[in-house]
Amino acid sequence: MSLENVTAALTEPPGPAGEAAGERGARLRLRAFADNRLAVAGLVVVVLLTLFSFVGPLLYHTDQIHTRLTMETLPPGPGHPLGTDNVGYDQLGRLMAGGQTTLEVAFGAAAFAVIVGVLWGATAGYLGGIADGLMMRIVDALLAIPALLLLLFLATVFRPSVVMLIIVVGLTAWLVPARLVRGEALSLRNREYVLAARTMGVRTPTIIYRHIVTNSIGTIIVNATFQVADAILVVAALSFLGLGVSPPATNWGAMLSDGLNYTFSGYWWLTYPPGLAIVVTVVAFNLIGDGLRDAFGLSARLR
Amino acid sequence: MTRFLIRRCAQAVVVLVLVSIIVFGLLHLLPGGPARAILGTHATPSNVAAFNKANGLDQPVPAQYWHWLTGVLSGNLGFSYQQNQTVAALLANRIPKTAFLAGVSVVLAVLVAVPVGLYQAVRRNKADDYVVTTVTFVLYSTPAFWVGLLLVDVLAVRLHVFPAEAPQGSFSAILSHPNAMVLPVLTVTLVTIAAFSRYIRSSVLDELAQDYVRMARSKGAGQGVILFRHVLRNALSPVVTLLGLSLPFILSGTLITEQVFNYPGVGLLAFNSATNQDYPVLLGVVLVVGVATVAGSLLADIAYAMLDPRVRYTTAGGGSR
Repeated sequence: MSLENVTAALTEPPGPAGEAAGERGARLRLRAFADNRLAVAGLVVVVLLTLFSFVGPLLYHTDQIHTRLTMETLPPGPGHPLGTDNVGYDQLGRLMAGGQTTLEVAFGAAAFAVIVGVLWGATAGYLGGIADGLMMRIVDALLAIPALLLLLFLATVFRPSVVMLIIVVGLTAWLVPARLVRGEALSLRNREYVLAARTMGVRTPTIIYRHIVTNSIGTIIVNATFQVADAILVVAALSFLGLGVSPPATNWGAMLSDGLNYTFSGYWWLTYPPGLAIVVTVVAFNLIGDGLRDAFGLSARLR
Repeated sequence: MTRFLIRRCAQAVVVLVLVSIIVFGLLHLLPGGPARAILGTHATPSNVAAFNKANGLDQPVPAQYWHWLTGVLSGNLGFSYQQNQTVAALLANRIPKTAFLAGVSVVLAVLVAVPVGLYQAVRRNKADDYVVTTVTFVLYSTPAFWVGLLLVDVLAVRLHVFPAEAPQGSFSAILSHPNAMVLPVLTVTLVTIAAFSRYIRSSVLDELAQDYVRMARSKGAGQGVILFRHVLRNALSPVVTLLGLSLPFILSGTLITEQVFNYPGVGLLAFNSATNQDYPVLLGVVLVVGVATVAGSLLADIAYAMLDPRVRYTTAGGGSR
């Protein structure tokens, strides 16, 4: 649902970013990233939110399974720092539980999308010719269908769970990394070391993995970061459309859309905490992505 | 140019065939196939068998595909047994409404995003660039439905400036209530501006770093001449492609917005069909939107090639970019 597929399509195949990196290059990039204050702030936020969601429940015990309808929509106060929601769950504990699902799905979907996309794109770009043409037309055809429509369809056929959401979101998200890496592979396939490897009889999968994928690592990492940000928004949109995980499981998007039913009752603690959690997390991942992109010296149009 | 046109059109045809195969495949991916989708989950096996025979679904899959495709090409997109209407009629009723919402919003978004992006690029890394960048960044990172509902909360519920629900009824009825269109249009516009201005800023920054800008500057051209005569023209030609390709993105935004404001467009139709498991309608929407996107990106590519001759030669060799 992001514009990145658009901008990715417009990007000329950028100079392979991870190429000839070596240890010194890696250290320089780390330096460049560390000098970017916004990116480091984003990283700190992501670490803190991950700790909040996964370590928080170990320190702050709440019952996130049994509803307590006598305790519904209590305002923030002693015992419930962020109040309770419409079925009596402690909102702070709910935010932790929802954060777990949100982050699991986001990281899982991004990993799925990047792995499938990279393999697809690297293979298409390296093989070239008819195989490349056909593989990229498949990507074009899938890109022509709005991800949300495809997700609506898939989510009605498959019952949403964390694993299902990872696969469903990943299935619509792999197209962008496929396009980007294919662009890199096109320029890498004619390098001397690739030709040399081919002449020496190195098998094609090995060349694709060792030379094409490894040398596109900059683009891959940057895209993976943006994928996490996008997956969080996609899952939120799906939850709003009623296609999220089923209760008692939850995620920030589901909490936000459930809370929005009470907007006009003044229960601000039902919407703002999960809503701000989404915005802050997505901004943080986008800042990290921007920082990495600059550190790898990639074109700013590569979103 | 002719070679580029032929090549690009041939690609579009291949993509269209693949889109049709995907939609056909999705219909058959359903548990139980189209018969179950139409007759419901409680249909008896003999009912399903009778339905399959009556509709030619007992034939081999390629023959079924051919039958379906010739039907689609002659305008038969399927039939909604739930709404007792043809899918084509349902879509013909809804498409103008979504086209109106999306069209107005995109025009407004471009009108705002181009100056904003240009301004940001010129004032790069200054305080005002940071302010605008932060605003667009946060907007870009906020779920669209929340943006819509925050607008409702402030402008409709608290200030009573605009109604909270989109206009209903026929297309002409909608046109006669411009006041009620403000919030839906504003929602789609804001979300689109956030994405576009980010892109235009990067695009202008890339151009400002080019040799021809340094050349113009060293010849004594002023900042205004450089920006408006040189940079803007080059930075904006990708925007044509951006518009053509961002159709799926914009339609995802309108889908959410239509749901927030109960606006009777294609997105709401798709959503309602999905919740009611009215698959012929949902897949009809998918097919029409897919075809529109392929057509849009074809037109955008041709326009781009006309604006920027370099494109014709670089893409003709490498297939799609």
